[in-house]
Amino acid sequence: MSFPADVAERLGKDAEAIISRYPDKRSALLPMLHLMQSEEGYVSPDGIAFCAEHLDLTPAEVSAVATFYTQYKRRPHGEYQVGVCINTLCAVMGGDRIWEDVSEHLGIGHDQTTADGKVSLERLECNAACDYAPVMMVNWEFFDNMTPDKARQLVDDLRAGKDVRPTRGADKVEPFVKISRVLAGFEDGRAGEGVGAGPASQAGVSRVAGDSTARSDKGGDR
Amino acid sequence: MTLTPMLTRQWAEEQSWTLDTYTSGGGYRALTKALKKEPGDLVKIVKESGLRGRGGAGFPSGVKWGFLPEDDGGPRYLVVNADESEPGTCKDIPLMMASPHVLVEGVAISAYAIGARHAFIYVRGEVVHVYRRLLNAVKEAYAAGHLGRDIHGSGWDLELTVHAGAGAYICGEETALLDSLEGRRGQPRLKPPFPAVAGLYSRPTIVNNVETIASVPAIVDNGADWFSSMGTEKSAGVGIYSLSGHVAQPGQYEAPLGITLRELLEHAGGMREGSQLKFWTPGGSSTPMFTAEHLDTPLDFEAVGAAGSMLGTRALQIFDESTCVVRAVTRWTEFYKHESCGKCTPCREGTFWMTQILQRLEAGTGTTEDIDRLVEVCESIGGRSFCALGDGATSPIVSSIDLFRDEYEEHVRLGTCPYERDASVLFDLPEQEGAQV
Ligand SMILES: Cc1cc2nc3c(=O)[nH]c(=O)nc-3n(C[C@H](O)[C@H](O)[C@H](O)COP(=O)(O)O)c2cc1C
Ligand code: SF4
Repeated sequence: MSFPADVAERLGKDAEAIISRYPDKRSALLPMLHLMQSEEGYVSPDGIAFCAEHLDLTPAEVSAVATFYTQYKRRPHGEYQVGVCINTLCAVMGGDRIWEDVSEHLGIGHDQTTADGKVSLERLECNAACDYAPVMMVNWEFFDNMTPDKARQLVDDLRAGKDVRPTRGADKVEPFVKISRVLAGFEDGRAGEGVGAGPASQAGVSRVAGDSTARSDKGGDR
Repeated sequence: MTLTPMLTRQWAEEQSWTLDTYTSGGGYRALTKALKKEPGDLVKIVKESGLRGRGGAGFPSGVKWGFLPEDDGGPRYLVVNADESEPGTCKDIPLMMASPHVLVEGVAISAYAIGARHAFIYVRGEVVHVYRRLLNAVKEAYAAGHLGRDIHGSGWDLELTVHAGAGAYICGEETALLDSLEGRRGQPRLKPPFPAVAGLYSRPTIVNNVETIASVPAIVDNGADWFSSMGTEKSAGVGIYSLSGHVAQPGQYEAPLGITLRELLEHAGGMREGSQLKFWTPGGSSTPMFTAEHLDTPLDFEAVGAAGSMLGTRALQIFDESTCVVRAVTRWTEFYKHESCGKCTPCREGTFWMTQILQRLEAGTGTTEDIDRLVEVCESIGGRSFCALGDGATSPIVSSIDLFRDEYEEHVRLGTCPYERDASVLFDLPEQEGAQV
């Protein structure tokens, strides 16, 4: 176990909080791995050892789980993880074109990171927002109805250190380590930010209400 | 048929996700009613309502709850499947973002009905804002006494844990989900025993989809007859239909089961301007595709099944004539290959081979024998895989060859794909923008 003592103590308290949510200790493993990413930006050998020790597992058992899930990164990772949905619906609606553009613009491919460490690029499978196709995700926040222009602007802003605002999500995209802490189950106080549903989600109910304003004034159209 | 918002009712309201908004619309009234009844009576109400699982398979929910063994004094669990990852499916995620409390109330009532004192919502990890909204709703519900100790003064306790996954489509399969929730690789378990008998930590467990559980409060509030008076005889109630793709207004349209695509398209403003419907999925990529011939097929479990497909998750991915079907199917197949958990050989090897063959065909370097070989590979996966992912992987291939064999052959004949990719995108490309100004 090679986290510095103070870090280990702090993470140990978080681990206890996570473990207390479950009847069985081992269930804490997935959130614990998210917690490791919130500390180091990826799941390192130290992170594996830490989880193993706290959950009475072997490092091999933890490793076998960590490698199964795509959200766990095994190498240092950019501050912003930029995903382009390339599953069929998004791909056909323009996701393929966006992917090609952004990848060329940044000069990196799938699962690669820009030299400045800002952006890691990823080809994503369906993220359950098909009515907003083409969709991109930045640190698992929604960027709906994307175009190649908007996508290039988005990654330029991220690299320039500007705040970017998801279409449906928090007021701004937080760095990967902060988002990983939320995914470990620790609230960041941003649940009240952003829209409720967004224009496509409420298309049906707005139609019933005969209320066309509800569709457009929610800030869904970027 | 008209649209009938039940779960989507409050989605357009300001701060739709808060406890205040939910309560002002009558929220948690059903929980009070439920806690005054015997748990067994609630199971009966859900049975009588005709509610069927909204996660894809359509199993009658009350019947499933009835499979639980007699109380032996040990724990039993309710697990909500919020992994929503089937391509095209996009109803549960907006539900939890816009109206998380309807799910929380559904969990409280359902857990009481089945005698669970600890419930879990397993939400996919790739939607952080949805996870925030769920955590917040659960916190609000505890503070208001809708969860926790002695709920509504009934003497009954319930703990609810919201758990984030970490990216794996297979974790939507209910037994893989349980393994994942136990902190393991998400791989399906052998059934039987079914989760109702031996589920989470080998204890009796009910796994239900988000939309299923979220439908329970309205059923308890308005009565089983009210719910079963909507929809068809065997497919009762309302459901959320998710329209995506080449339509004028994609989105979520909640309607009685049995509505048709033609009717839904009327609500959605039709196809995008000047375009013709080519093919569509009634219930996600794992359900055999339909064409314009099926515009009037009632979208309920029976009629879609009789027409050779499955209602699935009511994920209507709609493609117009600008779309190459070989390209669409190739991409779905790459998805199944990526998501195959590797546990059984037909699926692990089969999705690999199908991807290789389809990539050749799409590029125009395949042969007509390749088309037959694809069908053969599908035959050795379908019905021979350990879980339904393998079967699902064959659906787009078999159905598209059935409906569009000539298009596959055209790729072979021309030695290339005859479609212009840019014609199917939803945005203006620079050249076209220039031309329009
Ligand atoms: C590969 C695969 C993925 C699935 N994904 C989901 C899912 O994301 N959400 C869901 O509710 N059901 C999913 N299911 C279905 C579940 O196994 C299960 O039938 C469902 O959660 C039961 O809930 P219901 O009866 O309320 O529909 C999936 C099944 C398979 C085979
Ligand atoms: S069918 Fe595929 S996903 Fe299902 S158990 Fe077999 S390998 Fe895993």
